[in-house]
Amino acid sequence: MAKVKVHRSSPSIDMTPMVDLAFLLVTFFMLTAAFAPVEPVAVDMPKSESEIILPDRDRIIISVAKDGRVFFDMDNQGNRKKMLQDMGAKHGVSFTEEQLNSFAVMSGFGIPVRALPQYLDMAPDERDRVQQPGIPADSVNNELADWVVFGRLTNPSKIRIAIKGDRDSNYKIIKQVVETLIDRKILRFNLITNLENEAGA
Amino acid sequence: MAEVNQGGGGGGRGKKGGGKVRAKKQSTKVDMTPMVDLAFLLLTFFILTSTFNKPKTMEVTMPDKVKDETEQTKINENDILNIVLGDKDKIYYWTGLTPPAEVTNYSKDGIRKLLLDRNRENPKLMVLIKPQDESRYNNMVDILDEMEITATKRYAIVDFTPDDKAIISGNLEDVTTETQTK
Repeated sequence: MAKVKVHRSSPSIDMTPMVDLAFLLVTFFMLTAAFAPVEPVAVDMPKSESEIILPDRDRIIISVAKDGRVFFDMDNQGNRKKMLQDMGAKHGVSFTEEQLNSFAVMSGFGIPVRALPQYLDMAPDERDRVQQPGIPADSVNNELADWVVFGRLTNPSKIRIAIKGDRDSNYKIIKQVVETLIDRKILRFNLITNLENEAGA
Repeated sequence: MAEVNQGGGGGGRGKKGGGKVRAKKQSTKVDMTPMVDLAFLLLTFFILTSTFNKPKTMEVTMPDKVKDETEQTKINENDILNIVLGDKDKIYYWTGLTPPAEVTNYSKDGIRKLLLDRNRENPKLMVLIKPQDESRYNNMVDILDEMEITATKRYAIVDFTPDDKAIISGNLEDVTTETQTK
């Protein structure tokens, strides 16, 4: 009789604790995962052996697209507002409170400052369809320099400047960006790369 | 949950055959397998995306622009290795002020071997990197990376001059004396 009882006991295992654990981990990874921000332009980064991890706060990222357009991005929403106000004051462009708010939450941009109010008035999905011309960074009209200066003023002690160049972009544009930084006495900056793996190299 | 069901099953054992009792025996357990599958799928996804998506960075320090000529450091010309980053992933190099320029590439046996050899011969080696406007950004990152790999301590990115252009194209008589004395 005892033998029969053993036979009848269910072979299925109680999975509840395992599921609990699995969902706990899923929740943890979901909350800690930093989602990749929307980029105004796709940048294919070059590879390097460097293993320094880019800090994920207090940074200005200058992206250079394949076709030479320059984009600017800074984190910290509060500081972005102040930067835009300073920038507007210098270039004689005024921004409404709504425009400032939508500037604070948007991602990187590549638009001359005079065209910014119009761009900020658009709905977010409309903005994605706009072909952004890039920020002027040449010696005649160097708005990039002003963005960098005002961006740095909002957080002078900690901010780091990183250049995210496309691997196929021309060195000429990169040189313009680097010279801009050197002229503003920014001699230390980062170049964003991907880690090189021997198989892919 | 499983225990309750088993208890129900044990109770029903004695009353075999009764239709109503059969209905009681029906399991209230839910098959959790698909849910677990999904949970682990998500888990795997989040683990993979969170660890492999970290961009790396190189730190670069550029020299300030020197306005006064006398503040510039003088370097023995024999310690200088000039590297010009050309188009189509070519590298031109020559030592000091003595052209002709030779051509190499970005492979392990190319520039890396050259740098390692030169470093061994001369610990005071100074590498001048001259990217041409036609070269790609990838070339610049590659060459900075090679500096790191070969532990070259002294290097600088400098402007590509018309003299350099003359040297790599082989027109040595076009080279002005300014370069010769620099």
